[in-house]
Amino acid sequence: MNKPVILNVEHVTMRFGGLVAVSDLSFLARQGEITALIGPNGAGKTTMFNCITGFYKPTVGRLKLRHPDGARYLLERMPEFRIARQARVARTFQNVRLFAGMTLLENLLVAQHNTLMLASGFTLLGLFGSPHYARAEAGGIGKARYWLDRIGLAERADDVAGALPYGAQRRLEIARAMCIDPVLLCLDEPAAGLNNRESAALNELLLAIRHEHGTSILLIEHDMGVVMEISDHIIVLDYGLKIADGTPVEVRNDQKVIAAYLGVADDEVGQAGAEVGL
Amino acid sequence: MPRDSEPSTKLLDVPAALREAALAALVAFGLFVLMIGIRTEQGPTGALVLSTRFGLLAVMVAAVFVGRFLRALTWRRTNAALERILPDFVTAIASGVAPYAAAAFLVFALLVPVLFYSNRYLLDLAILIVTYTMLGFGLNIVVGLAGLLDLGYVAFYAVGAYSYALIAQDFGLSFWICLPLAGVLAAFAGLLLGFPVLRLRGDYLAIVTLGFGEIIRLILLNWQDLTGGPNGISGVPRPSFFGLPFTAADHGFAATFGLEYSPTHRIVFLYYLILALALTTNWVTLRLRRLPIGRAWEALREDEIACRALGINTTTTKLTAFAMGAMFGGFAGAFFATRQGFISPESFTFSESAFVLAIVVLGGMGSQLGVATAATVMLGAFELFREFEQYRMLVFGAAMVVVMIYRPRGLVSRRTPSILLGQRAAAADPHVEAPQ
Repeated sequence: MNKPVILNVEHVTMRFGGLVAVSDLSFLARQGEITALIGPNGAGKTTMFNCITGFYKPTVGRLKLRHPDGARYLLERMPEFRIARQARVARTFQNVRLFAGMTLLENLLVAQHNTLMLASGFTLLGLFGSPHYARAEAGGIGKARYWLDRIGLAERADDVAGALPYGAQRRLEIARAMCIDPVLLCLDEPAAGLNNRESAALNELLLAIRHEHGTSILLIEHDMGVVMEISDHIIVLDYGLKIADGTPVEVRNDQKVIAAYLGVADDEVGQAGAEVGL
Repeated sequence: MPRDSEPSTKLLDVPAALREAALAALVAFGLFVLMIGIRTEQGPTGALVLSTRFGLLAVMVAAVFVGRFLRALTWRRTNAALERILPDFVTAIASGVAPYAAAAFLVFALLVPVLFYSNRYLLDLAILIVTYTMLGFGLNIVVGLAGLLDLGYVAFYAVGAYSYALIAQDFGLSFWICLPLAGVLAAFAGLLLGFPVLRLRGDYLAIVTLGFGEIIRLILLNWQDLTGGPNGISGVPRPSFFGLPFTAADHGFAATFGLEYSPTHRIVFLYYLILALALTTNWVTLRLRRLPIGRAWEALREDEIACRALGINTTTTKLTAFAMGAMFGGFAGAFFATRQGFISPESFTFSESAFVLAIVVLGGMGSQLGVATAATVMLGAFELFREFEQYRMLVFGAAMVVVMIYRPRGLVSRRTPSILLGQRAAAADPHVEAPQ
C-alpha cells in the first residue's frame, strides 16, 4: 500500500438543508488502484461523487487531487468543467447520459472538445480549413477509433448512440470518459443493468484501463461480484458515514458492514448498535 | 379514435359511424351555439340587440355530422393503410430526392431573376423568401443546433436594421462597412441577452427571450431622439453596386455599364445580395457543424450535464451560439433596412419571431434544407392564399397541424452526422436498430 495518493478526501460534509448526505468523510484513493465506494441505497455515494466532480460544492471539507506529474488541484474550488478539463477527472453517470441523437464517433469527439477547440484556433482556423486542424481532427478520430475498438463497437461508429443496447451504452459512456485522458475515472454504477457476460467484460475493460493507461478508478457499485473481484481498496458508507475502509477481504468480514448490508435481528439491535458505534 | 376499435372487422359499420357522427355533432353544437347561434348587434338606437342565427347553426352542425359520418365510414378502412403508406412514401421521396434537392434548390435560386425578370411581384416575393430563409438559418443555430428556445429572435433583426440605418445616415458610411458593423452590434446584443439567461432552460428561457424581444421593441418605440420612435427612420441609404448607385444618373449603374436604366436592376441586385448573405450563412453553419464548436452546440442540446462532465464550458458555448445566431439576424436586419429604405418598430413585433421560429420548427430543427423549404412553402402559400384574405391564417394553421401530425420532427427530420467513420459502406451492418 505504498503507492502515491491521487485523491485525498478530507473531512467532507455535504448538507442539503437539514439533511446530512455525507458526514465528515475522509478517505484516500491511490494512484493506479481501483477504489470502490459501496454502501446501501441513500448512503451518500453519488453525493460524494458529485462533490469530487464539482457538480456539488461540499459544505465542509477539502478534496485534494495530485497528478502523477506532481500537479495539485483543490477540487472543491473548481467549477465542474475545469475539473474535467484541467484536473482530468472524468465521470460516468448512474443513469447513462450519452448524446443520444449523435453518432458514437461524434460522442467520442465531443469528449475531446478542448483539445480540438484549441487546434481549431477557437473555430477561426477550422472555419477556413487549416491543415493544422485537419491533422488534429484526424488524431481525434484515431483516438475515438481506438476506444471504439476497445469496447467492440467500431462497426457501429456511425449509428446514433441512442440506438445502442443498454450494455453497449454503458461501455460507450466509459469510452467517452476515457477520451478526456483522465488521471482519475469515476464510475457511478457501471455494472447496473448488465447481464453476467457483460459484467465480466466490464471487469476486463476496467482492469485493462488501469493497466494500460495507468488511470486510477473510483467506483460506485452495487454488484458485489464486480466490486470484490476488481477493487484494490473498498470504502463502505452508511447514512453518510464511513463505516469501513480496507481491502476486499477485510471489508467482507467487517461486522459493521455485514450489519449495514444484511440488517440484524431485533434482539441483536443493541449489540449490533454497540459494534457500529452508536 | 376509430382505429382503436377493431380496425377492419366490418367494411361498413353504419351504426358505429352514426354514433361517432352524433357525438361529433354534439361537440360542434356545444362549440357553436354561442359563437354562431347567438349574436348581439348594435340596434338603431345604439342599444345592443340580440339576434339569433339558428339556421346557420343547424347547417354547421349538420355539416360536421355528415362529414364525420363519411369520414368514420371510409377512414376506418383506409386509415391504417394510409397511415402506413403515406409517411413511408413521403420519407422515401424525401430521402431519394434529398441529395439533389439542395443542388436543385440552389440552381433555381440563382436563376430566379433570369426566369422572372419582368415580374416585379415575384422578385419581391423571392427577396422576402430568401430574407426569411436567412433569418431561419440564423435562428437554426440557436434553436436547432444548440437547443436554446429563443422567442425574441426578432430583437437581433431589429438591432441589425437600426444599426445599419443609424450608422449609414449619421456617419455616411457605405453599405459594405455598415453591414459587418450591424452584424457585430447584433452579436453584442446576443451576448447581452445570453448572460442573464445562461442558467435558464426550456420554457423559462423562452419566456425571458420573449421579454427581451419586447424590451428591444419598446426601446425603439420610446427612445425618440435616437430612433425616431413610432415614426421610425426614413430615407435609409439604398445600396449601391460597389459605389455605383442604381439611378438614372450619368454615374449610375445602368449608365456605367451602357444599359438602359431600369428600376429592376436594383431589385435583382438586392436579390443576389440577400442570396449571397443567406448562402454565406449556410456555408458558415455547415462548416461550424463539423467543427468542435458545432458538435459542442449539438451536445449541449442533447445533454448539458454530460457536456460539463466532459470539460466543456457550457457558458461560453451557449454565448457563442447566441452571438452567432444574433449576428446573422443582424445581417438580415441590415439588408431589410436597405431594401425598405424605411424602418419602424412595427416591423419587429413578436409575430415576426414566431414566424421565423415556425420556419425552423416546420423545416426540421437543425436542417438547413428544411429551413429553406419551409420558408419557401410558408411564404409561398401565404401569397397563394392572398385572395382568401381572412381565411388564410386558418389554412396556414391547418397546414401546420397536418405537417406536425405527419412529420412531427419537421419536413426534413433526418439528422446528417457531422462526421462519418465510413465503415458502414464496406461492411453493411446487419444488426442495425431503428432509433428509439
